[in-house]
Amino acid sequence: MAEAEKEKLTIVMFSGNLDQALAGFIIATTAASMGMAVSIFFTFWGLNIIKKNEGGIKSQGLMRKMLNFMNRGGSRRLKLSRFNMLGLGTAMMKRLMKDANYPSIDEFITMAHQMGVKLIACTTTCGIMGLEEGSFRSEVENLAGAAYFLGEARESKTTLFI
Amino acid sequence: MKADQSLDCVGLYCPMPIVKTAEKIKELKAGEVLEVVADDKGITKDMPAWCQATGHEFLGTEEKGGEIKVYVKKTHR
Repeated sequence: MAEAEKEKLTIVMFSGNLDQALAGFIIATTAASMGMAVSIFFTFWGLNIIKKNEGGIKSQGLMRKMLNFMNRGGSRRLKLSRFNMLGLGTAMMKRLMKDANYPSIDEFITMAHQMGVKLIACTTTCGIMGLEEGSFRSEVENLAGAAYFLGEARESKTTLFI
Repeated sequence: MKADQSLDCVGLYCPMPIVKTAEKIKELKAGEVLEVVADDKGITKDMPAWCQATGHEFLGTEEKGGEIKVYVKKTHR
Protein backbone atom coordinates (compact mmCIF):
# COMPACT_ATOMS: atom_id res chain seq x y z
CA MET A 1 0.00 0.00 0.00
CA ALA A 2 1.27 3.47 -0.82
CA GLU A 3 2.25 5.61 2.13
CA ALA A 4 -0.42 8.23 1.35
CA GLU A 5 -3.27 5.67 1.32
CA LYS A 6 -2.44 4.23 4.71
CA GLU A 7 -4.61 4.82 7.73
CA LYS A 8 -2.76 7.09 10.15
CA LEU A 9 -2.05 6.84 13.87
CA THR A 10 -0.50 9.74 15.76
CA ILE A 11 0.77 9.42 19.31
CA VAL A 12 1.80 12.26 21.60
CA MET A 13 4.38 10.80 23.98
CA PHE A 14 4.34 13.28 26.84
CA SER A 15 5.45 10.98 29.64
CA GLY A 16 8.97 9.70 30.06
CA ASN A 17 8.25 6.69 32.24
CA LEU A 18 9.23 3.16 31.31
CA ASP A 19 5.72 1.75 31.60
CA GLN A 20 4.12 4.52 29.59
CA ALA A 21 6.81 4.39 26.91
CA LEU A 22 6.21 0.66 26.65
CA ALA A 23 2.47 1.19 26.11
CA GLY A 24 3.20 3.75 23.40
CA PHE A 25 5.65 1.52 21.53
CA ILE A 26 3.45 -1.57 21.78
CA ILE A 27 0.60 0.30 20.11
CA ALA A 28 2.90 1.96 17.57
CA THR A 29 4.56 -1.28 16.43
CA THR A 30 1.24 -3.14 16.32
CA ALA A 31 -0.32 -0.38 14.23
CA ALA A 32 2.64 -0.48 11.84
CA SER A 33 2.15 -4.27 11.55
CA MET A 34 -1.46 -3.63 10.67
CA GLY A 35 -0.39 -1.47 7.77
CA MET A 36 -0.90 1.91 9.40
CA ALA A 37 1.36 4.94 9.02
CA VAL A 38 2.50 5.85 12.54
CA SER A 39 4.04 9.04 13.93
CA ILE A 40 5.12 9.49 17.52
CA PHE A 41 5.51 13.06 18.65
CA PHE A 42 7.77 13.33 21.72
CA THR A 43 7.39 16.30 24.03
CA PHE A 44 8.37 17.25 27.61
CA TRP A 45 9.35 14.20 29.66
CA GLY A 46 8.69 12.02 26.64
CA LEU A 47 11.88 13.43 25.10
CA ASN A 48 13.81 11.40 27.67
CA ILE A 49 12.80 8.24 25.84
CA ILE A 50 14.61 9.26 22.66
CA LYS A 51 17.66 10.97 24.15
CA LYS A 52 20.83 9.11 23.22
CA ASN A 53 22.05 6.70 25.89
CA GLU A 54 25.77 7.37 25.51
CA GLY A 55 27.78 10.48 26.26
CA GLY A 56 26.58 13.72 27.78
CA ILE A 57 23.79 16.03 26.70
CA LYS A 58 25.33 19.34 25.66
CA SER A 59 23.29 22.45 26.39
CA GLN A 60 23.79 26.18 26.91
CA GLY A 61 23.41 27.95 30.25
CA LEU A 62 23.65 26.81 33.86
CA MET A 63 19.97 26.01 34.42
CA ARG A 64 19.70 23.94 31.27
CA LYS A 65 22.95 22.15 32.06
CA MET A 66 21.58 21.34 35.52
CA LEU A 67 18.25 20.21 34.08
CA ASN A 68 19.87 17.87 31.58
CA PHE A 69 22.22 16.54 34.22
CA MET A 70 19.44 15.73 36.68
CA ASN A 71 16.97 14.77 33.99
CA ARG A 72 19.48 12.84 31.88
CA GLY A 73 17.05 10.51 30.12
CA GLY A 74 17.89 7.85 27.54
CA SER A 75 15.88 4.70 26.91
CA ARG A 76 17.98 2.66 29.35
CA ARG A 77 17.50 5.11 32.22
CA LEU A 78 13.71 5.28 32.24
CA LYS A 79 11.90 4.50 35.48
CA LEU A 80 8.52 3.04 36.30
CA SER A 81 5.79 5.59 37.06
CA ARG A 82 4.95 3.62 40.20
CA PHE A 83 6.95 1.29 42.47
CA ASN A 84 10.27 2.63 41.32
CA MET A 85 11.51 2.21 44.92
CA LEU A 86 14.86 3.94 44.30
CA GLY A 87 15.34 1.92 41.17
CA LEU A 88 14.68 -1.50 42.70
CA GLY A 89 11.16 -1.77 41.28
CA THR A 90 12.34 -0.69 37.85
CA ALA A 91 15.20 -3.19 37.92
CA MET A 92 12.77 -5.95 38.86
CA MET A 93 10.38 -5.02 36.07
CA LYS A 94 13.24 -5.02 33.54
CA ARG A 95 14.27 -8.44 34.85
CA LEU A 96 10.72 -9.77 34.45
CA MET A 97 10.57 -8.43 30.91
CA LYS A 98 13.90 -10.02 30.07
CA ASP A 99 12.85 -13.36 31.58
CA ALA A 100 9.66 -13.24 29.51
CA ASN A 101 11.78 -12.67 26.39
CA TYR A 102 10.12 -9.29 26.02
CA PRO A 103 11.84 -6.51 24.06
CA SER A 104 13.37 -3.59 25.99
CA ILE A 105 12.41 0.01 25.18
CA ASP A 106 15.71 0.23 23.33
CA GLU A 107 14.75 -2.72 21.14
CA PHE A 108 11.24 -1.35 20.67
CA ILE A 109 12.65 1.95 19.37
CA THR A 110 14.88 0.14 16.85
CA MET A 111 12.01 -2.14 15.84
CA ALA A 112 9.56 0.75 15.42
CA HIS A 113 12.08 2.63 13.32
CA GLN A 114 12.67 -0.38 11.08
CA MET A 115 8.90 -0.70 10.62
CA GLY A 116 8.72 2.87 9.39
CA VAL A 117 7.32 4.52 12.53
CA LYS A 118 8.27 8.21 12.43
CA LEU A 119 9.86 9.54 15.62
CA ILE A 120 9.56 13.30 15.97
CA ALA A 121 10.93 15.56 18.70
CA CYS A 122 9.01 18.71 19.67
CA THR A 123 11.07 21.80 18.87
CA THR A 124 9.49 23.97 21.57
CA THR A 125 10.38 21.71 24.48
CA CYS A 126 13.77 21.08 22.91
CA GLY A 127 14.33 24.82 22.87
CA ILE A 128 13.17 25.43 26.43
CA MET A 129 15.09 22.48 27.84
CA GLY A 130 18.16 23.25 25.75
CA LEU A 131 18.18 20.03 23.78
CA GLU A 132 20.06 20.29 20.53
CA GLU A 133 19.57 17.93 17.60
CA GLY A 134 22.62 15.93 18.66
CA SER A 135 20.91 15.06 21.96
CA PHE A 136 18.79 12.41 20.29
CA ARG A 137 19.40 8.95 18.96
CA SER A 138 19.79 8.41 15.23
CA GLU A 139 16.30 6.95 14.78
CA VAL A 140 14.74 10.34 15.50
CA GLU A 141 13.86 11.66 12.08
CA ASN A 142 13.07 15.28 12.59
CA LEU A 143 12.09 18.10 14.87
CA ALA A 144 8.73 19.78 14.46
CA GLY A 145 6.16 21.92 16.25
CA ALA A 146 2.52 21.72 17.29
CA ALA A 147 1.23 22.69 13.84
CA TYR A 148 3.00 19.71 12.28
CA PHE A 149 1.49 17.43 14.94
CA LEU A 150 -2.00 18.84 14.32
CA GLY A 151 -1.53 18.45 10.59
CA GLU A 152 -0.77 14.75 11.14
CA ALA A 153 -3.48 14.34 13.79
CA ARG A 154 -6.18 15.84 11.59
CA GLU A 155 -5.53 13.15 9.02
CA SER A 156 -5.35 10.37 11.61
CA LYS A 157 -8.21 8.13 12.56
CA THR A 158 -6.62 7.54 15.92
CA THR A 159 -4.68 9.98 18.08
CA LEU A 160 -3.35 9.10 21.52
CA PHE A 161 -1.87 11.21 24.29
CA ILE A 162 0.34 9.14 26.57
CA MET B 1 -5.35 -27.63 9.21
CA LYS B 2 -2.65 -27.76 6.56
CA ALA B 3 -0.31 -24.84 6.22
CA ASP B 4 2.44 -23.91 3.78
CA GLN B 5 4.60 -22.27 6.42
CA SER B 6 4.71 -22.16 10.19
CA LEU B 7 5.79 -19.42 12.59
CA ASP B 8 6.78 -20.28 16.16
CA CYS B 9 5.69 -17.59 18.62
CA VAL B 10 5.60 -19.74 21.75
CA GLY B 11 6.73 -17.72 24.75
CA LEU B 12 6.17 -14.39 23.04
CA TYR B 13 3.74 -11.79 24.30
CA CYS B 14 1.70 -9.15 22.48
CA PRO B 15 2.59 -7.48 20.16
CA MET B 16 5.45 -9.78 19.08
CA PRO B 17 3.32 -12.54 17.46
CA ILE B 18 1.54 -9.92 15.35
CA VAL B 19 4.76 -8.08 14.50
CA LYS B 20 6.40 -11.37 13.47
CA THR B 21 3.32 -12.43 11.49
CA ALA B 22 3.38 -9.18 9.52
CA GLU B 23 7.04 -9.82 8.72
CA LYS B 24 6.60 -13.53 7.91
CA ILE B 25 3.60 -13.11 5.62
CA LYS B 26 5.86 -11.27 3.17
CA GLU B 27 7.63 -14.60 2.47
CA LEU B 28 4.41 -16.31 1.37
CA LYS B 29 2.77 -16.28 -2.04
CA ALA B 30 -0.84 -15.18 -2.41
CA GLY B 31 -3.14 -18.12 -1.65
CA GLU B 32 -0.70 -19.81 0.73
CA VAL B 33 -1.56 -20.48 4.37
CA LEU B 34 0.52 -19.42 7.38
CA GLU B 35 0.25 -21.24 10.68
CA VAL B 36 1.20 -19.25 13.79
CA VAL B 37 1.86 -21.23 16.96
CA ALA B 38 1.57 -19.24 20.19
CA ASP B 39 0.72 -19.58 23.86
CA ASP B 40 -0.40 -16.02 24.58
CA LYS B 41 -4.21 -16.16 24.57
CA GLY B 42 -4.41 -12.63 23.15
CA ILE B 43 -3.66 -14.04 19.73
CA THR B 44 -7.16 -15.54 19.41
CA LYS B 45 -8.56 -12.00 19.26
CA ASP B 46 -5.52 -10.22 17.84
CA MET B 47 -5.08 -12.31 14.72
CA PRO B 48 -8.66 -11.87 13.43
CA ALA B 49 -8.31 -8.11 14.08
CA TRP B 50 -4.99 -8.05 12.23
CA CYS B 51 -6.57 -9.90 9.30
CA GLN B 52 -9.47 -7.46 9.26
CA ALA B 53 -7.05 -4.53 9.09
CA THR B 54 -4.69 -6.01 6.50
CA GLY B 55 -7.25 -7.80 4.35
CA HIS B 56 -5.76 -11.29 4.72
CA GLU B 57 -8.17 -14.14 5.42
CA PHE B 58 -8.47 -15.54 8.94
CA LEU B 59 -9.11 -19.27 8.64
CA GLY B 60 -9.49 -20.28 12.26
CA THR B 61 -8.01 -21.29 15.59
CA GLU B 62 -6.99 -24.67 16.99
CA GLU B 63 -6.31 -24.96 20.72
CA LYS B 64 -4.66 -27.96 22.31
CA GLY B 65 -3.31 -27.99 25.87
CA GLY B 66 -2.25 -24.36 26.12
CA GLU B 67 -0.83 -24.31 22.60
CA ILE B 68 -2.77 -22.14 20.20
CA LYS B 69 -2.53 -22.41 16.45
CA VAL B 70 -4.05 -19.76 14.23
CA TYR B 71 -4.26 -19.91 10.46
CA VAL B 72 -4.05 -17.03 8.02
CA LYS B 73 -4.42 -17.19 4.27
CA LYS B 74 -2.47 -14.60 2.35
CA THR B 75 -4.90 -12.98 -0.06
CA HIS B 76 -2.78 -10.28 -1.65
CA ARG B 77 0.76 -8.96 -1.88
